[in-house]
Amino acid sequence: MTSHEAHQVQLGLIPLFPLLGSALAFVIGKKNKALSGWIATIAAVCSFASVFNFFRSLPEGGVFEDKLFTWFSIGGFTADFTFRFDSLTAVMCLVVTGVGSLIHLYSIGYMNEEPSKHRYFSYLNLFLFSMLLLVLGGNLLILFIGWEGVGLCSYLLIGFWFKNEAFARAGRKAFVVNRIGDAGFLIAIFLCAGIFGTIDFAELAAKFVHNTNMDLLVPIVTGIAICLFIGATGKSAQIPLFVWLPDAMAGPTPVSALIHAATMVTAGVYMMARTHFIFDMAPYAMMIVSIVAVLTAFVAGTIAITQNDIKKVLAYSTVSQLGFMFMAAGAGAYWIAVFHLVTHAFFKACLFLCSGSVIHSCHHEQDMREMGGLAKVMPITFVTYLISTIAISGIAPLSGYYSKHAILGAMEHNPNPFMAQFAEWLVLAASITAVITAFYMTRSLAMTFLGTYRGHAHPHESPLLMTIPLIVLASLASIAGFYGEDLYAYLHHVVPDNGHHFHHESMADALVHSWTAILGVLAALLLYTNLKVIPQKVSQAFPLLNKLLSNKYYIDEIYNMFVVKPLEGLAGIFFNRIDRGVVDGAVNGTGMVVEISGEVARTVQTGQIRSYLFMMVLGMLFVIGLYIVA
Amino acid sequence: MTLDPLGSLLNVFNQNLLSAIIFAPLLGALWLYVFPKKEDGSIYRGVAFLWGMITFGLSCLMLLKFNSESSALQLREHASWIQGFGVHYSLGVDGISVFLVMLTTFLMPIVVLASHSVKTNLRSYLANMLLLETAMLGTLLALDSFLFYIFWEMMLFPMYFLIGIWGGPRRIYATLKFVLYTVFGSVLMLIALLYTVWQHAEQSGAVSFLIADLVKTNFSLQEEILLFAAFALAFGIKVPIFPFHTWLPDAHVEAPTGGSVVLAGVLLKMGLYGFIRFAYPLFPNGAEVFAPYLAILAVIGIVYGALVAWAQSDVKKLVAYSSVSHLGYCVLGFVAFNTISATGSIYQMLNHGISTGALFLLVGVLYDRRHTREISEYGGLASKVPVFAFLFLVFTLSSIALPLTNGFVGEFLILYGSFQTFPLITIVAVSGVVLGAIYMLTLYLKTMFGEIDEAKNGSLTDVNTRELVTLLPLLFMVFYMGIFPQKMLSMIEPSVVSYIQMVEERKDDLTAYVDDHSSGNLRVVNGVTQLIEEEERV
Repeated sequence: MTSHEAHQVQLGLIPLFPLLGSALAFVIGKKNKALSGWIATIAAVCSFASVFNFFRSLPEGGVFEDKLFTWFSIGGFTADFTFRFDSLTAVMCLVVTGVGSLIHLYSIGYMNEEPSKHRYFSYLNLFLFSMLLLVLGGNLLILFIGWEGVGLCSYLLIGFWFKNEAFARAGRKAFVVNRIGDAGFLIAIFLCAGIFGTIDFAELAAKFVHNTNMDLLVPIVTGIAICLFIGATGKSAQIPLFVWLPDAMAGPTPVSALIHAATMVTAGVYMMARTHFIFDMAPYAMMIVSIVAVLTAFVAGTIAITQNDIKKVLAYSTVSQLGFMFMAAGAGAYWIAVFHLVTHAFFKACLFLCSGSVIHSCHHEQDMREMGGLAKVMPITFVTYLISTIAISGIAPLSGYYSKHAILGAMEHNPNPFMAQFAEWLVLAASITAVITAFYMTRSLAMTFLGTYRGHAHPHESPLLMTIPLIVLASLASIAGFYGEDLYAYLHHVVPDNGHHFHHESMADALVHSWTAILGVLAALLLYTNLKVIPQKVSQAFPLLNKLLSNKYYIDEIYNMFVVKPLEGLAGIFFNRIDRGVVDGAVNGTGMVVEISGEVARTVQTGQIRSYLFMMVLGMLFVIGLYIVA
Repeated sequence: MTLDPLGSLLNVFNQNLLSAIIFAPLLGALWLYVFPKKEDGSIYRGVAFLWGMITFGLSCLMLLKFNSESSALQLREHASWIQGFGVHYSLGVDGISVFLVMLTTFLMPIVVLASHSVKTNLRSYLANMLLLETAMLGTLLALDSFLFYIFWEMMLFPMYFLIGIWGGPRRIYATLKFVLYTVFGSVLMLIALLYTVWQHAEQSGAVSFLIADLVKTNFSLQEEILLFAAFALAFGIKVPIFPFHTWLPDAHVEAPTGGSVVLAGVLLKMGLYGFIRFAYPLFPNGAEVFAPYLAILAVIGIVYGALVAWAQSDVKKLVAYSSVSHLGYCVLGFVAFNTISATGSIYQMLNHGISTGALFLLVGVLYDRRHTREISEYGGLASKVPVFAFLFLVFTLSSIALPLTNGFVGEFLILYGSFQTFPLITIVAVSGVVLGAIYMLTLYLKTMFGEIDEAKNGSLTDVNTRELVTLLPLLFMVFYMGIFPQKMLSMIEPSVVSYIQMVEERKDDLTAYVDDHSSGNLRVVNGVTQLIEEEERV
């Protein structure tokens, strides 16, 4: 890591566009509904253009900075409103605004008949603004503004169709669960600021590099890392806080693509890469990250096998793939985590948008058992879904193979001493999960597009506004894997490789290494193309397992029983027993109170208020008079 | 004295600005009675609004004259009042009180505008409000404990009438509880105050009620503990600190909208302000002994208030319990007693006044239309009243401290500062961040989202211009104080720094004093021993 002189540039432009867009899309869009989508899309594209401009002009290993003003500075603690743009930020910004622009465009088609689309596009732009604050923030607190901001937008967009109370509940659940993570994040900020006296990323990194007695601080740094990771488990839907993401599918599908697949949920991965100097000093915390990541990937992947709602499959798949990103981050291979983040953003956004296209044409049917055979009527959607499925399954030469293969490699060569015991087991579990990924994704493909149509709508291909983003994203998902080496070279100024270099692989080797994934694909094709017979037989063969998986390991029920209900009960007991029973009982337990209250009631109700007032004013005048005399 | 009305008026602004601020509302209250009794109240409202605005204008002038770099008490007014008893008419403002004064004068015109739902005897309603404003401003600006006590007690009466006359069905019960609690506290405070003055007179030979004089009094640790406890109880009831909070939900529920806004906005802060001005500087060692317990009570208040708020079926009660939770943060920040946490605590008092004041106004908007506060009576309103839903959302977010709203800055400073003093207690307090989101978003969900299931809500009208005018200034402050807090914080901070230093120095002095006199229980016969000592020296 070389530290270059930071250049001052107008980075504020990047988030300014969507902020303005958000306001304009609402105000103008309220009058002219059709305009709102275009305003928001233009704002997103402008933001992308300015990001691209900064990306082009960023010198190798350089940093752009933009200090807007001091947010607050008190008692030796300073929080500046600073933006910072280095190669890591550049990659994130390009993904956020690039994929974001495509999804805005798609939304114009998808939300065509929505009566309050000005609200939708306003929220969507507000989300872009918050997400850009998150990735551009030059210190922990600006990152945190974005962090909570995207949470708010997620809440608003999940509950966008708020007349459906279940959707609104899903929004609340997302916000509250995220807040649990945010509480951890806050404690991490307190610890960081308290011990190192700064929250600025550059200054913190310098303190970590130059501190000679860092060994003494390892326990505290481990604590900071764990608290930060708690934050990440909320935003990036990892165990134990992942439960909000499947419910978040209540939002409009483009929202799921943008927020709950491509960008917001990857914030935790970005945050780990951004604060890598903390995690690098805390191998014990890194072990926790690795274990949680593998566990999450496996649990979510197995649940995905049994889901029949196309969006739920993709949601659990996202949780699982985020697990893969944290596997890389947990091994210290931040660049690989970002690599998978980027490829995932392409193919998962594409998959979600495809599912939106399917749902759109099947009259809001999301159950895959009511689909089938759509390949013939929706060829573009089918082909792009197919490409993305191959990509996410990890079959060469599409992008998912390269990023996922790099992750497994990084886990195998994990230098973490705490991991020595069970690194192999984790790699095995991750490899199995990779096969499961291929299986459930192909299952969804087969159930949706292959076989014969089982539903009752008249499906048709979606309009160009929706298919163009699909084509672009599928193309990106196809080729992104070839840029691993470039990404490695581009990022290594900012995040250390910790020994995880780029390994070149010949196409032939890559194809050979894809065999496990291909096996998963074939198995799913065999089982699910003809829905009538085989799946039932499989589930009948393993009744207990099927029940466990299709009920998502009963995790929601467990949380409900052990967290929500007791807390609710406690609230009731506090109010009814303690507040009204003990405390109040002590106050008005005596009969005297009743008597006095009768007296007071009588005096108040005789209409003598004015005389009271008169007396008071008289008293006041007396006091003032005393003052004047004195 | 020459007859120069303009000159003497200007003189008032130069020399007696604080007096003018305090007594302008009183003048307004009297002015109201100049007019004959009318059925149509708009003339009264106009007069009260005018005087509210005059007071606000005067306090803006105070803000302009305020030297933000100085930590001293400014715009001082000092005169001997009741000479035989050492009572002074002494006023002054510093960074700790300046924005509390601003908050009070800022809220009052809004409260006057929100008095449209008052149907009976509007004139005395408004007169009570203005009288209350005078009492609150006097309490904030008094530097003499006697003067403070008078204003403190003066706050009680208008509030008593506001709830007792214009309140809801159970108003008598609520006022009684309110008065009993507060009077109990006041009596304790009076006793402790008189003891302090007596001690001071014994030691210095001169009777004085000036705070600046009283903080030179020497006490034994035992005395300090007892006196601090008395003051803490009096002020703790007012805050209210758990478990002395049960008067608050009843008072809020029964109070008219304006009463609730003032109660939450300003009155609750007086308790903590009392801690700041009296309990801590007078008895720093007592404070040190009690600080961890106060911190624990504050955190219990945060968690308990939030959970109980969640269990409410009445909108106003929910917001009232949320105040218990929010004031818990303020108390925690202050007793953690470092620059960051204490400044955050003062800032959060202002934030709470704005966001909770606005929430009560919003509840009032609904109540005026539907005459019920039951949460279950509402539901699905967002599609019917979108502007209301938007405003409600913003103030909800401010209440749960979303970054870039005012609530976040205060809550962050409090928690970060307190974490340095009480790390474990503060970690428990951080759970309030989650609980706050639960009860507020649940309220929002149950009232705003879903389908409209009550037929009566189908004809609900959105906020009108007058209501919007009362809410927009608060909306502006939510974002101003959330995005650009530095201006205000930098005015509060110097006073907090020198305040903390002052208290620490007095703590050392007192400790030194106690050490000097540790041989035997000298405090009981304090005056005599001092005399003997002096004779021996001679």
